[in-house]
Amino acid sequence: MKKNLKTKIASIIAIMVVFIYGIIGIPSGVSGKALMEAMTQRIHLGLDLKGGAHLILQVKVLEAVNDETDNTAARIQEDLKGAHLTFSQVFKPSPLKADGTGQPQTIRVEGVTADQQSAVRSLLDSKYGSEYDIAGNGDNSMTVTMKPMVETALEKRTVQQAIDTIRDRVDTLGVSEPVIQQYGLGDNQILVELPGISDLDRVKSIIQSTARLEIHAVIGGPYPDEQSALASVGGVVPADEEMVHFSGMTGSDADSVYILQRVSVVKGNDFRSADPGTNPNTGQRNVQFTLTNEAGDRFYQYTRANVSRSMAVVLGGRVREVASIREPIRDRGEIEGSFSQEEVTNLSKLLSSGALPASLTYLEQRTVGASLGADSIREGVTAAVVGLVVVLIFMLVYYRGAGINADLALILNLVILLGFMGFSTATLTLPGIAGVILTIGMGVDSNVLVFERIREEIRAGKAAAAAVEQGFAHAWTTIFDTHVTTIVSAAILFVFGTGPVKGFATTLVVGLCANLFTAVFVSRVIFDSHLNKLKPGQMVSI
Amino acid sequence: MSADTEEGREPVELFHNVNVDWLGKKWYFLAFSMIFSVAGVASMGWHWVHIGSPVPLGVDFQGGTQVQVRFAEHPNTDKIRSAMDASGVHDARIQAFGEAVNNEVLISLPEQTNENSLDAGREKIQTALHEQYGNSFTIRNVQVVGPTVGHQLEKQAALATLYSLIGMLIYLWFRFQLIYGVAAVVACFHDTLITVGAFTLANRELSLTVIAAILTLVGYSMNDTIVVFDRIRENLRLSRREPLADLVNRSINQTLSRTVLTSGLTFLTVLSLFIFGGQVLNGFSFALVVGILIGTYSSIAVASPMLVAWQEWRAGRGKSAILPASKRSKA
Repeated sequence: MKKNLKTKIASIIAIMVVFIYGIIGIPSGVSGKALMEAMTQRIHLGLDLKGGAHLILQVKVLEAVNDETDNTAARIQEDLKGAHLTFSQVFKPSPLKADGTGQPQTIRVEGVTADQQSAVRSLLDSKYGSEYDIAGNGDNSMTVTMKPMVETALEKRTVQQAIDTIRDRVDTLGVSEPVIQQYGLGDNQILVELPGISDLDRVKSIIQSTARLEIHAVIGGPYPDEQSALASVGGVVPADEEMVHFSGMTGSDADSVYILQRVSVVKGNDFRSADPGTNPNTGQRNVQFTLTNEAGDRFYQYTRANVSRSMAVVLGGRVREVASIREPIRDRGEIEGSFSQEEVTNLSKLLSSGALPASLTYLEQRTVGASLGADSIREGVTAAVVGLVVVLIFMLVYYRGAGINADLALILNLVILLGFMGFSTATLTLPGIAGVILTIGMGVDSNVLVFERIREEIRAGKAAAAAVEQGFAHAWTTIFDTHVTTIVSAAILFVFGTGPVKGFATTLVVGLCANLFTAVFVSRVIFDSHLNKLKPGQMVSI
Repeated sequence: MSADTEEGREPVELFHNVNVDWLGKKWYFLAFSMIFSVAGVASMGWHWVHIGSPVPLGVDFQGGTQVQVRFAEHPNTDKIRSAMDASGVHDARIQAFGEAVNNEVLISLPEQTNENSLDAGREKIQTALHEQYGNSFTIRNVQVVGPTVGHQLEKQAALATLYSLIGMLIYLWFRFQLIYGVAAVVACFHDTLITVGAFTLANRELSLTVIAAILTLVGYSMNDTIVVFDRIRENLRLSRREPLADLVNRSINQTLSRTVLTSGLTFLTVLSLFIFGGQVLNGFSFALVVGILIGTYSSIAVASPMLVAWQEWRAGRGKSAILPASKRSKA
């Protein structure tokens, strides 16, 4: 029995040492300042405490679907031609529009002759059947629709690609410990957290959400306004064309409108590298780019077939530059326009870091200044210390000897909680500090339940050892039940909550779990070692 | 451990041998609970009519833009307003924030419906401030929340509270009996309703951290209830002949000191958070301060009387009169 007790005490001390290491590691000194520094190095602070930017972005995944079906439509056209099958057109009846509406999953093949129905069908089935559902419409047309599973996979890939691209961009700008991850459940949202950055404009220049650069063939334009552009195409923009506004230097209100081929010739992923430069003849700033081999071939074919026609550089959904094709271009070119130096630098950086597979919109932005974070830490710590001292003193006054027991258990509880925060990658947020404070208040509840029960047993005439034994035995079920209910609701919070609130749920759950250990096991060991020293018939102080 | 073990010294005690007839006061309790619930619900109704939502919602849920600015000297809100007007921001709400010595102002804009120009308001506010104040101010905190995220959160918060209550119900059903679970969840719902009601009455905004506080209360207000229920269960096993009302009264009285102590200690820490924890957590600690008080009251005044009322109702219909102790009675 005695040996058993010694083992228990030794293991409690060992646990305490391990978790103290978790909090401060091996500090450079023992001064308050050195300890604080050691602590902030080990415990990850949330954005709300150290300052920084928090963004939630939505990936417009349908754009990637739209691109994919554009490519497929073009391939179907090639394949039908190659097999000498008759058709009038392959097109998308409802491509994605700028406002996010449309059904980009669907392609239609029209004008298939009755005798070639089955030949067209088997060609489509064999080449596209694994990714698309193919259905005859009975009117010499067929509908080719992307399978939902394929679409989901593509959307997932797109989000992942966007995350990778954003990470690359953030890395080049040297932000420490950024968080870039999928956010929410299946909503194609990305969470970006950049500690230490509180300037939203800088954040935006890092991520440049709308930078989706494409080169399109120009069908017509410039027109002075949308009406005349529409008039030029007979009132309705054809399915394979689109209307895009021109955006020159900021401040110029000369708006003009172009009609472009909807499917791009070159898009973001096709760029291999890009550098800022200057045109020696005009002195204009430009971006000099090289394309990947495959895109280079495509670009060469296109430029060779379209010499003296125009192409438009579209950036972020607006025409930035229109150039006429003087000669076939393979894989090198330059984008010239009235760019500022910063724009040229940013654009090059963006093109070489890999383009976003789809554009992004901001759903939420929060920044916390470092000064507010520091104030929050100060206020949170003050509240915690005051709460702790009040509780420690109360327990001493109310339970005397046993109060020391409860206070030791409570302090060990906090050591384990903070040590856990140091060991794990969990972040301590301001609500997390509130969780620590609640742990102080709820932690002693367990002691109160045990002590009150012991008092009751003593009143019922039990001897010290029996009273302690019974007190713990009876209080245990209650303590367990109360902890489970609080932990259940905190766990639900952890699942539903975000950022700071998650931090709260973390400290509360960890604190309460540690409390089961300290208020039941540790407190009992302290009682037992005290009972050993009591003379027969002597009572415990409670 | 102290050697302070001399016998005969009476321990410090809050309540000694109390013998209060709690259930005899159930109509007062009912009236008290009704007044607060009805006041809360009425206030929610008033808000529903005036702002289209039962509770004033913070930027987390409502969406919109909020910029917290600290000035070098005491800010004049009229001057800020005219600066805003000059740069075309007309719908800004400008209010002093926190303690006056901090010279802080909160500038808020209503919800932006167009997600693409979400950030335009924030940019305009900053430009306007720069033109008027140069660099004699610091931006402490910026929150721009679009409609998608706000509504998403609204739904999540409601779901989380609901799941929490259902979780409690199932757990208590499993550990005690369905009627205990129902009584505890009703008490808990009562606490949540009154706490949210207190927010509307005080015209405080519901934010994400406030929801966290309310969810914590859902778990914590169970604690006192469980302490009493545990004792009722224990007493039921010991004396099966005692009328239930007397037994419940006795159980409440026996556990009264620990109910008050546990809640009191947690209340003290939360109060410390409310006083010293700063502006950011103010709503959070307010919810906990109110909720812990109500939660303690409801474990005595709502949950336990419900158990008795249920049994009386059953007895009135001629069914077995004795509340079973538990499906799984422990040794």
